[in-house]
Parts: sequence; structure tokens; C-alpha cells
Amino acid sequence: MSTLSQLAAVYAQLSLMAFGGANALIPEMQRQVVDVHHWMSAQAFAALYALAQAAPGPNMMVVSLVGLRVGGFWGALVTTGAVAAPSSVLTYLVSRVWDRFKNASWRTALQAGLQPVTIGLISASAALLIESTTVDWRAALVIVVTAGLFIFTKLNPLLILGAAAVTGAVGLVG
Amino acid sequence: MEAITTGETASPSVVDLFTGFFIVGVYGFGGVLPWARRMIVEQRKWLTPVEFTDMLGLCSFLPGGNIMNVTIALGARFRGIPGAAACFLGLMTAPVAIVIALGVVYDRYAYLPPVRQAFVALSAAAAAFVLATAWKIASPLRGKPLAIGVAACTFVAIAVLRLPLMAAMPVLTIGSTLLLWRFRK
Repeated sequence: MSTLSQLAAVYAQLSLMAFGGANALIPEMQRQVVDVHHWMSAQAFAALYALAQAAPGPNMMVVSLVGLRVGGFWGALVTTGAVAAPSSVLTYLVSRVWDRFKNASWRTALQAGLQPVTIGLISASAALLIESTTVDWRAALVIVVTAGLFIFTKLNPLLILGAAAVTGAVGLVG
Repeated sequence: MEAITTGETASPSVVDLFTGFFIVGVYGFGGVLPWARRMIVEQRKWLTPVEFTDMLGLCSFLPGGNIMNVTIALGARFRGIPGAAACFLGLMTAPVAIVIALGVVYDRYAYLPPVRQAFVALSAAAAAFVLATAWKIASPLRGKPLAIGVAACTFVAIAVLRLPLMAAMPVLTIGSTLLLWRFRK
């Protein structure tokens, strides 16, 4: 299989499991990209995830960046299209009949069942990203300090991310 | 026309749909949803607040990026498949172009020590951001031991055992749904 079709296969599979957006998909993306296909290291993947935060748009932009790194410009279009296509077709079909079952009890039950799974997945994403970004005690300090700022202050997250990058660039970290 | 049921006469063309979401894509730093709601409900009045919440309910229930699903559902509602394509491409064009440009610039300068060090710190902070997200969305689990158990099982299956999501996700979702339904209050 060519690299582009491998990228398409990986991301099309992820599409229908993307409850909770890209954040819930990070463990599987990392498993596929790092462990299964050996396209990059876990550190490089975490750096791409970080870079994606600097772009506007949906929180799926890390998908385009992985495509770019692995398959160039066409790789970026393939991964972005592949992650969107299956879920978009499903949304198109369901949106036409949604009124019929939006109050159905099985739908309420399924939504309640999905909630803790999504929370578990995003926690797993956090754990794996922390594992691959804690390269030394200074990176660990950045994680502790910024996590505190994200959770306990109302500062704009982009401001906190920017401050962390500047701190690193001037040589206080890394 | 379904739009008539709102009492509104909103009837955006394919071009309107593209440009509306194009602007949302450009502005949407740190989360697109607030910008999308502003454009759809407040500025262009394509949907009433209730209709928007309803559509968002559908789009959060289904897999895929919430906002990507909104582009499909809203575009299809007004202009069928061409409308859905227009909204989706409108939303994605600018962010994908910008992120590709960022990726190219990063690849070119990643070897420079200040850039490398900036990314060590930025990656750590981005990981902390996901941790904070997990912390915040976990608050509805308080006082629900069964749901906490499901979240813990998911965490172990994915982060510790590193099981493939294709295998783990259906089992966890079905198991969780049946368990929580059986012991619902």
C-alpha cells in the first residue's frame, strides 16, 4: 500500500470513533503513527500536536499536520479529507431523520454511556502527551505550572501557550 | 423549505454558506464553536438559538468534529449536498492552508536551538492543556462511581494496555451504555 492510501485508511477509521474531537483520538493516532507505521517519534508527534494549537480552525488540525509530515501537501489533504468523510456522510444521513429519534430513550442511554468513555479517552490523551513531552525536570515544571493556569485561571489558553513557547525560546526550558 | 418552519425567511446561497464559514475558520482561534454560533445565530440569522442548540446536540452526539458536523448538517438543510460541501470547504480552507504553512516553516527552522527549545516548552504546555480539558470535562462524573469506573477502565485500556481503539471503543461504549442504563437512577 502506498503511504497516501495508508494515511487515508488510518484516518478514515478514526473518523467514526471521534467522539470528543481530535483530543479523544490522540492515543490511537499516536499508536498508528508512532508504533504501527513508525512514521515519527512520540516526541515529534507531540510537537505536531503543539504546533496545531497555533492554527485557527477546528481542533482537528493536528490531523492535517501529520499528513503533511508523512505525505507532504497531498498527505495533508488526504488525512484531512479521510478524517472528515465518514463522519460527514453519517451526519448528512442522520440529520435528515434526527427529529424522529432525538428524544428516543436509547439515544439518551447511548449518550450517557459515551460520556465516561470520552472522558477516559481524553485523560489517556493527556497521559500519553505528558509522557512524551516530559523530557526533563524543566518540561515537567512547565506542565505543572501551565496546567494550574489552564485549570484555575480564566486566562486565554493561547496566551498561556505563547508564554510557554517564549519561555522555552529564551532558554529557560529545554 | 424546512427553513420556513422557523418563521424566518433565511435562505443562504451556496456562496453565502461558503463565505460565512470561511470567516468563521479564519477567526476561530482556540475553538471555533463560539464564532460559528455568532455567525449563524446572531449575525446572519440562519437559525434561531433553539434550532442551533438542537443542531449542535445532533452534531455532538455523532462522531467527528462537532463543528465539522455542523457545517454538514446546516449546509444540507439549506442547499443539500452542494450546501454541505460549501460549508465544509468554507470552514476548512483557511485553517488547513495556515496549518500547512506553519508546518512548512516549522520543518525549515526546527533545527535552530531556540525553535527547538520553544517547542519543548510549547509541547509540554499543550499536553497540560489536554490535561486541563480532561479535568474540566470530568466534573459531571462527581458522585457517579459507575461512570468513574468506566472512565478508569477506558484510561487503562488505552493509555496503559495501549489497545487499538477500533477494538476497545465498541466494547467500552456498549458496556458503558448497558451498565449505566441498568443502574440508572
